[in-house]
Amino acid sequence: MTPIDPTPKPRRNIELVLLVLALAVGIGAQALVGVDQQKAFDTDFWFQSSLLAAAALAFHIVLRIRAKYADPVMLPLVVALNGLGLAMIHRLDRVGEDTGNNQLRWTLVAMGVSIAVIWFLKDHRILRRFTYISLAVSAMLLILPLVPGISAGEILGAKVWIKVGPMTFQPGEIAKITLAIFFAGYLSSNRDLILLAGRKVGPIQFPRFKDMGPMIAAWLVSIGVLIFQRDLGSSILFFGLFLVMIYVATSRISWVIIGVALMAAGSFVASRAFSHVALRIDGWVNAFTPEVYGREFGGSLQIVEGLFGMANGGLVGTGFGQGRPNLVPFANSDMIIASFGEELGLIGLFAIVLMYLLLFTRGFRAALGTRDAFGKLLATGLSFAIALQCFVVIGGVTRLIPLTGLTTPFLAAGGSSLLANWIIVGLLLMISHTARGPVDTTPLAPGDEPDPQKVTPAMPSKPAAAPGTGRNSPDAPTEAVKL
Amino acid sequence: MNQAIRNAWIAAIAMFVLIFGALSYVQVIGADELEANAWNKRTLLQNYCNDRGAIIVGGTPVAESVAADESCAFQRTYTQPEPYAGITGYFSRSYGVTGLEKTMNKELAGNSDQQFLDRVGQLFLGNQPKGASVELTLDPKIQKLAYDLIPDGRRGSIVVTNPKTGAIIAMVSKPSYDPNLIATQDPAAEAANFAELNKVPGINLNQNVSGPTGALLAPGSVFKLIDTAAALNSGKYNKDSILPNPAEMSFPGIQYKLPNYAGGNCYTRDTATFAFALQQSCNTPFASIALDLGQKAIADQAGKFGFGQDFGDQLKLDSAPSFFPSEPLDDASLAQSSIGQRDVRATPLQINQMTAAIANGGVQMQPNLIKAVRSPDLRPISEPKPQVLQTSTTPEIARQINEWMVSVVSDGIARGAAVPGVKVAGKTGTAELGNGLNNSWFTGFAPANDPQVAVTIVMESVDITTGAQLTSPNAKKIFEAVLNK
Repeated sequence: MTPIDPTPKPRRNIELVLLVLALAVGIGAQALVGVDQQKAFDTDFWFQSSLLAAAALAFHIVLRIRAKYADPVMLPLVVALNGLGLAMIHRLDRVGEDTGNNQLRWTLVAMGVSIAVIWFLKDHRILRRFTYISLAVSAMLLILPLVPGISAGEILGAKVWIKVGPMTFQPGEIAKITLAIFFAGYLSSNRDLILLAGRKVGPIQFPRFKDMGPMIAAWLVSIGVLIFQRDLGSSILFFGLFLVMIYVATSRISWVIIGVALMAAGSFVASRAFSHVALRIDGWVNAFTPEVYGREFGGSLQIVEGLFGMANGGLVGTGFGQGRPNLVPFANSDMIIASFGEELGLIGLFAIVLMYLLLFTRGFRAALGTRDAFGKLLATGLSFAIALQCFVVIGGVTRLIPLTGLTTPFLAAGGSSLLANWIIVGLLLMISHTARGPVDTTPLAPGDEPDPQKVTPAMPSKPAAAPGTGRNSPDAPTEAVKL
Repeated sequence: MNQAIRNAWIAAIAMFVLIFGALSYVQVIGADELEANAWNKRTLLQNYCNDRGAIIVGGTPVAESVAADESCAFQRTYTQPEPYAGITGYFSRSYGVTGLEKTMNKELAGNSDQQFLDRVGQLFLGNQPKGASVELTLDPKIQKLAYDLIPDGRRGSIVVTNPKTGAIIAMVSKPSYDPNLIATQDPAAEAANFAELNKVPGINLNQNVSGPTGALLAPGSVFKLIDTAAALNSGKYNKDSILPNPAEMSFPGIQYKLPNYAGGNCYTRDTATFAFALQQSCNTPFASIALDLGQKAIADQAGKFGFGQDFGDQLKLDSAPSFFPSEPLDDASLAQSSIGQRDVRATPLQINQMTAAIANGGVQMQPNLIKAVRSPDLRPISEPKPQVLQTSTTPEIARQINEWMVSVVSDGIARGAAVPGVKVAGKTGTAELGNGLNNSWFTGFAPANDPQVAVTIVMESVDITTGAQLTSPNAKKIFEAVLNK
């Protein structure tokens, strides 16, 4: 181990350098797309590029002011991914389509909201006060798409959209965040209760039945999403999110076992009872049989075309504008990974997947570093959600698992997804700020009880291991509770 | 708690390891298999604007790539679209490829293994990639004649082959279409034409097989040639056997009665020789043979003539296998199937193959459409030689059936096919469709003592008189044209 540097470093300059690199990637991709369409470096290009750069710099400056110890890698990673997504969506626009500019507008809105969250929230622990409000908001967001008048109806077999003026919005994306806040708040307050009781079977301690309430609730939410919204992807995501958070809260593998068993039972029943799930699975297993390929609804044409595209890309890809990703239905949203695979090749996709890996790893890093249980749980949940979402999407596109309708974070066309993921990054940045920064000894304003000691009563007062240093380097042990 | 966070991170990393594996599989390890998939349009589209080889008949291209504008350097053009559509197929940007354009795609696009060195040369010299041309065995005169012999608005197919080599001389069907309409580069026109063409009854452009190689039709009485071969092959019958010839045949326990053919002179005798039964196309003698020999004997004989086989690989053209039922039939069904009705189905190509095997002394040649594949500098890349496909029956039995088929034309109901000065062998068939209309068949060959040409004609959904006019007399015209009489 290298010796620990005693003073926390903001590392904002490193972020600035990386940010310039990230913008170079995104804007460079945009330029390549322009070169292919014989309209490189026109006024549109300069206007759009400077908007993106200005927004990224604004974000950077806000971090300097409000969260100067925030992780320096996250923002550049996300800007690079977002920039690549913009370039690809722009490239996939057919004559008369303008998804690219729409995506840019949403990017700016999402970055703005994320900046606002950081600016006004100041400290993520405040969110803990909204534990039950978050639950209510989650429930509302999930029910909205089913309410007549607000619902945008069934689109492509799923009822997950609502109408907002002329646009549609997917409230489930935001529910991902509010559910994570609720789980984090609930579990950080009640983990002792859940922990203490239970029956031991062999080496595994199983929880009491009455402590399984939240687990059952999460399971019901997931099943409800599956049945009423017909959205398999979100259903898996919500349940996976809950599972990882309750595991981290209790460190008990028994929860995971029970959860996986519940999920398996749920999926088995769902695959039998609901045609949309059965079709998804059939389209996955029998993708290459003619009747499944040619089926109008729930056929495998999309996934098979995606595979053809990726195979066509091979190791190095065809280059921007040189492939035929538009042969794949939903090339700019659900299947954008296949579009990247075709035009940037395996090498390009590996780079993109590695960026996601780094991103969620930095999120987990923040979870390890922060001292409050709520922050730990929230950061873990959100980071894991990014990883799981990538797995479900890319696994689906590569036919590793059945294809579900989840979006690829930051890349895929779609405003709701961008907004939600930028907020997640904002929250992770804030948590990483407390994780990497000096220990904040000032209590929150009166009425704000979440002092770390009270949050997790089992926690000893202050990190005794490093008395007097008043700091917490990223590599220092922060474990307050040994379980 | 932190240990659990680390474990969760490990779980996330594990998921990503799976993703890396899956991506590597799809893009590199399994990519060749995906690229070779028949549904994969990308390989085709990459070559879409290249200079594709021509499909040549009698020295003239029927499909060729001609120089077009800059956006797409070459445009696929069909010079005699309708008569050849069933063979060339179409080459479309949105709807893929069919026919020879599909089955010979590697050669036409210049991607076959034999053309590897040419490709390397093109790479270094910077020439436009150029595909090989494919020369067909077809005779353009006979192809045109055969196409015109099917009246517009009728559904029908004609197959003309050389029984000694298996070479296809002509192969046509109606309704046909103009492949240029869907090879156009205007996507809107392409889509509109595709939809419009599919509305024509009898045209289904989504189907790979149709017409002579794909239409599965009840063969009617031409199937009796197979019963005859099975009978002689069993040893229970010889050329002088006397067969029962009741006016109708009844079956225990059911109402149905199998009647004799009303059109000829069957009713004049209650027993028949093979010669008489074939000449007049009587039903009951052959039904009784089938009931005597059993289903398996008939099915086996049909199999030796090509039933159940897919000729597509040899012909280089997608085709559908004909079939005689293999699941057990009751007596009435077997009797009906043995006269080419009920559960038996054959393509025009299959009936021609059967006829050619009889003409060629019981030896069935591989059907062959490709005369030569030539590189752009006219060097032959491949020139398929005639090859034996299978032995369908013994030379003696073939000779005997040949003799009887000659009498069908000279003394029987296929007189219309007779060519002065030439011994023509033939057999007609009339498969009832149950609505008063029939599939009307003629199949035969000439000259009987030294067969040069086998002709199979089928007209679908016609009444008896029209069917008679459009089959045997048309066969005569084709025999005359091929034999230069």
